[in-house]
Amino acid sequence: MTLVYVEHQDGTPEEVSLQALALARGLAGGGEVHALVAGASAEAASGLLGEHGVATVHVPDHEVYASHAPVALGRALTQLAARLGSHTVVAAGTERGNEVMAHAAAIADAPLAANCTEVGAGAELTVTRIRWGGSLLEEARVHGETALLTVAPHAVEASSVGAGPAAAVERFAPELSDADTAVRVVERVSTSAGGGVTLADAKFVVSCGRGVGSPEGFAPAEELAALLGGAVGCSRAVTIAGWRPHTDQVGQTGTKIAPEVYLACGISGATQHMAGCKGAKRIIAVNTDPEAPIISHAEYAVIGDLHEVIPAITAELRKAGAG
Amino acid sequence: MNILVCVKRVPMTGGTIVLTPDEQAIETRHLGFTISPHEECGVEEAVRLIEAQGGESVVLSLGPSDAEEQLRDAMALGIDRAILLQTDEEFDGQATAAAILASIEADRAAGVEYDLIFFGNESADSGNYQVGIRVAHALGRPCVTGVKGITVENGRARCEQEVPGGRDVYDVALPAVVTVKEGLNLPRYPSVPGRLRAKRKPLETRSPKRTAPGVEKIRLKLPEGDTSQAEILGHGPAAAPAVVDVLRRAGLVA
Ligand SMILES: Cc1cc2nc3c(=O)[nH]c(=O)nc-3n(C[C@H](O)[C@H](O)[C@H](O)COP(=O)(O)OP(=O)(O)OC[C@H]3O[C@@H](n4cnc5c(N)ncnc54)[C@H](O)[C@@H]3O)c2cc1C
Ligand SMILES: Nc1ncnc2c1ncn2[C@@H]1O[C@H](COP(=O)(O)O)[C@@H](O)[C@H]1O
Repeated sequence: MTLVYVEHQDGTPEEVSLQALALARGLAGGGEVHALVAGASAEAASGLLGEHGVATVHVPDHEVYASHAPVALGRALTQLAARLGSHTVVAAGTERGNEVMAHAAAIADAPLAANCTEVGAGAELTVTRIRWGGSLLEEARVHGETALLTVAPHAVEASSVGAGPAAAVERFAPELSDADTAVRVVERVSTSAGGGVTLADAKFVVSCGRGVGSPEGFAPAEELAALLGGAVGCSRAVTIAGWRPHTDQVGQTGTKIAPEVYLACGISGATQHMAGCKGAKRIIAVNTDPEAPIISHAEYAVIGDLHEVIPAITAELRKAGAG
Repeated sequence: MNILVCVKRVPMTGGTIVLTPDEQAIETRHLGFTISPHEECGVEEAVRLIEAQGGESVVLSLGPSDAEEQLRDAMALGIDRAILLQTDEEFDGQATAAAILASIEADRAAGVEYDLIFFGNESADSGNYQVGIRVAHALGRPCVTGVKGITVENGRARCEQEVPGGRDVYDVALPAVVTVKEGLNLPRYPSVPGRLRAKRKPLETRSPKRTAPGVEKIRLKLPEGDTSQAEILGHGPAAAPAVVDVLRRAGLVA
């Protein structure tokens, strides 16, 4: 039997958790798949989870689960896995999925393979997992009686088993110590500065790298982004120079973006930058150097100075009547 | 207050990753080395906290003797001393956590207790997302992950995590383990006097024991890639109409 930790928004399972379920079903062979769902409206997930092959949804009963409580979640997961006799526990490779699973792995003293893209069936569990934010893959063997895996987001497609009965819902009371409940969200500070699209969700992103030369150099990119209802990003060379806040950084240690078009200007295309824009449908690189590595990662390129090219694109769009 | 920061030496891979013929490692003959930006922020935060509140900051790395370079870099930014858990073997997440734990316990036996231990949220190269959390459990300490803001006051740490639309706040008692992310602060550049001082700061070398791996690497491989050349849309501002064409085909322009 395979146990999956499912994240949800008000009872609607996250797409990445459904992807983790698809992988878990493959691993379970014909065996049952159960889910742990915590927090308010957890039961509401049982309908859709039934369609994704979950037999039973287990909901931990404790007031701590009203907000994110990673240690208490890890504890509930290990206790449930032990009771159900589940030797494989799976979750989505999100920040929170990886966090909860690392707590569970630490509690159970079991191995955790984070961000798997594939799992091989067989006597021995073998996985392919992501390293360097997706720029490199590792094939590994997972040893031990119990194995914990997280599934890299968008590596596997979610798949329904067809309309059918909702999953059964069982509530249970995990045994929690004071230490287990000490780490929890005590306050949510809202920072969404009214209206603007976020970098992560924008359909169009224009980024500038070191080639932009100064903080002021971003003005034309701002104008172009505003014209297309997009967002402005940057490379790490820019953030460590203090030209833009880190929240604008695209990359392995910044934001992962998935726009229809990514216009990357004055950016060389280091693997750690590209790790953040793998989700972009099309990349257009603007660079003075035709040999820049980004030219071999992009679909399209303009060879030229970004200070001339970006304003020319804006002017052309205005001519075409946009904005 | 005493603070420990754990950092990992990793290659600066540049535009393309090249593997060694046996597919066991990245070809690093022509590469420089660094630590993760997350860990750089951990180093900076430790230095700031000790500057403000007094005490000692210590940097630790498990890795080859060359990792001395990264430890000296951290000391150039203001960390007081360093511990190298020297090994040429590969340690998976579980083994790394066990070795770091053993080192922390050896310090405790010698009378040094850390009030705060900083880790990166995930290592740059392996991304196991677990070493800090494992060490926290073994020490019986609270652990907050992915922290981008921290205030340490009256024996407690108020930690902020970035989430869509805002920040989630945690409040934990010290001693605690905190895993941090880039954006926590803007690390300073090392000064020349800082670099000179770092050469004379104490660096202690220890020999870690490697436990059997739970996740054992078989081989590395490169993702199937887009290594095709881009279609050149043009040169300079004259390429603008071709760019707008692409935007139009993508449905971004009516
Ligand atoms: C563990 C780790 C994590 C990292 N995480 C990230 C991350 O999240 N995001 C990130 O971006 N980086 C990250 N980096 C850093 C990364 O390796 C590169 O150093 C960085 O992306 C380089 O930024 P850049 O392309 O702007 O600068 P450079 O590499 O200096 O490139 C500048 C480019 O601009 C071009 N250029 C110069 N002038 C002009 C002009 N006038 N017009 C047009 N083109 C011009 C040049 O030809 C060159 O190609 C990370 C590094 C490590 C080790
Ligand atoms: N070899 C190492 N030496 C020192 N610290 C390490 C090492 N490996 C991992 N860490 C620390 O643990 C964090 C998380 O690593 P990981 O669990 O591998 O993603 C890193 O950001 C470091 O702070």
